Amino acid sequence: MKSLNVVSVTILLLFSAALLFLADLALGSVHIPFRHLLLLLVGGDSGNEIWANIFYHFRLPRAIAAIMVGAALGISGLQMQTLFKNPLAGPFVLGISSGASLGVALLVLASFSFGGMLIGAGLNKWMVVLAACIGAIIVFMIVLALSFRVRESMSLLIIGIMVASITGAAVGALQFFSNAQQIQIFLIWTLGSLGGLTWSTHQVFIPVVLTGISIAFVMFKPLNALLLGENYAQSLGINIKRSRILIIISTSMLAGAVTAFCGPIAFIGLAVPHITRLVINTSDHKKLLPAVAGMGVILMLICDILSQIPGREEVLPINIVTSLVGAPVVIWIIMRKKVVKNAFS
Amino acid sequence: MTKMKDILISENLSVGYGTNRKNQPIVILKDVNLNLREGELACLMGPNGIGKSTLIRTLAGLQSPLGGTVLLHGLAVHKQSRHERARQISVVLTDRVNAGNLNVYELIALGRYPFTNWIMKLDEADNQAISKAIEVTALSHILHQKLYQLSDGQLQKTMIARALAQDGKVMILDEPTAHLDLNNRVEIMRLLRNLAHNHGKSILIATHELDLALQLADKLILLLPGGKMVEGIPEDLVLNGQLDETFQMKGYNLKTGKAEFIPEKSVKVAVKAEGYTYLWTKNALERNGYEVVDVQGNFDVLINTFGNDTMPVWKVLSNESENSFHTLKDLIDYLNRL
Repeated sequence: MKSLNVVSVTILLLFSAALLFLADLALGSVHIPFRHLLLLLVGGDSGNEIWANIFYHFRLPRAIAAIMVGAALGISGLQMQTLFKNPLAGPFVLGISSGASLGVALLVLASFSFGGMLIGAGLNKWMVVLAACIGAIIVFMIVLALSFRVRESMSLLIIGIMVASITGAAVGALQFFSNAQQIQIFLIWTLGSLGGLTWSTHQVFIPVVLTGISIAFVMFKPLNALLLGENYAQSLGINIKRSRILIIISTSMLAGAVTAFCGPIAFIGLAVPHITRLVINTSDHKKLLPAVAGMGVILMLICDILSQIPGREEVLPINIVTSLVGAPVVIWIIMRKKVVKNAFS
Repeated sequence: MTKMKDILISENLSVGYGTNRKNQPIVILKDVNLNLREGELACLMGPNGIGKSTLIRTLAGLQSPLGGTVLLHGLAVHKQSRHERARQISVVLTDRVNAGNLNVYELIALGRYPFTNWIMKLDEADNQAISKAIEVTALSHILHQKLYQLSDGQLQKTMIARALAQDGKVMILDEPTAHLDLNNRVEIMRLLRNLAHNHGKSILIATHELDLALQLADKLILLLPGGKMVEGIPEDLVLNGQLDETFQMKGYNLKTGKAEFIPEKSVKVAVKAEGYTYLWTKNALERNGYEVVDVQGNFDVLINTFGNDTMPVWKVLSNESENSFHTLKDLIDYLNRL
């Protein structure tokens, strides 16, 4: 496949992202005329209190969340695929999300048994975030420590899956001893949601994601060297240990923040790097990192738009959309082109 | 070259793997004392599993020695910073490169990493080193091909070009000709020899290519079973039998460079021929278990040849008749039927 040049890809990605961002803001159960929407976007007064309220407090933070989540998951997935030289790698496979799930499960399901004050007082959003973060970091550190011993990406992948099944079992046990209400709260969390992010959570979420992305961008030289494998990277003067730790910190921040604030969003982190490679057909992280971020934004905005059910108040949980829409797309891409095989052989 | 300067020296080097536990470290080779001179192509040889790769990794600074030192220009390799080391030693390893999406130029440019800043901006010197590496390896016609499109030979040349772009004094290669066909093996070895002799590189290769090493290497470094190490020019090592000791040849005569055949049939054949015709007729007969003897002595069958080397005709005189053959295959078939 002929790769498009850098300028046209950049313009294409930015244009699509901008268009989808507007579409995401425009769509919803309440119709806001497009002219008024643009007015609201630039800070003008649309003359309608309800529209302004919906726009500023629901649609805008939600669309920004979609942008952040898309970029974060795309970049963390790419970093994992390069670090472990495995097309199946992604934050979801290596245990971050399952760790976060266990953290939240412990909070939601176990806390009830010790007094039930949390749910009674209305589950604090920040406590969910904290629990997810702690769970994600602990599990990822375990997987990382084991990775130093096995040195083989395939073994590590299996370890990741095993860790996920251990945490899954723990979550299952917690569910067994919980009541229906707790289980429902937990289940809804696992289905993911962009709606939980408000301006107050954005104040934490956005800086964490931007820091994670910045680390990834600073790391693109070691990431490129790692394409040759660790021995070659070392022979080029790259400090392997430091690079690996920085990549892992960046990934933990990105995937951890997303899981903590939006739940375990499946599929995007794994799929976006593959879709991007189909478009720009390169392994050079200097081009790949921004492109993956852009593609993640686009895909996430599309998923958010599709999650709006026409004529109804509710939106579909984001995980249902990402998997239902995205997975067939990836299968189609993989069947059509040997992108994965070429990039990883 | 007026003065042969030592570039890379190992002193009482022990290599192997340390363990984190209380166990003893695993020593694979010890007391390795070798040197690599400026502009020299040296081949490190030894049977499988003797520790060539471990030694190479240690010499290149990719793993720490268990004891002793490696000196590069008189400075300890393992005490230098990663960065300095990368500017002086480059490697070609047997590791698979999982980056099929890179093109040839991008891969070669990766060799400039020790010289670039974090955004990898290539300056004049970088571009010059890359162009020179491309020119010497004659890769300019495939620069924009992706790695997954390359043949094994092209890929190996690209990896060598990458090491060359890194522009250190020393290049260390682990089995650079493995999995290549004869043409590519010869081409790669000649390329490396050219780099050593005409571009001032000091090159150390771990290899099993005995035939090529004997003809092209300036020096052989042999790792003998039992951990002994011998250094010398190829011819000396052939004549004093140390190559035999290293490889414990079975059925291969190093001094003639040919496989040895034990005559299975008790038929003595004399051949009247010259040049290549004689050489290959003898080869065919010996390979099929016939003993080839001198025409002056006793023989059971006499083969006469006519024509020239490109179109020889073989004639066999027996009791009753005279038979002519235009191919060695027909000749052998006939002899087998006798």
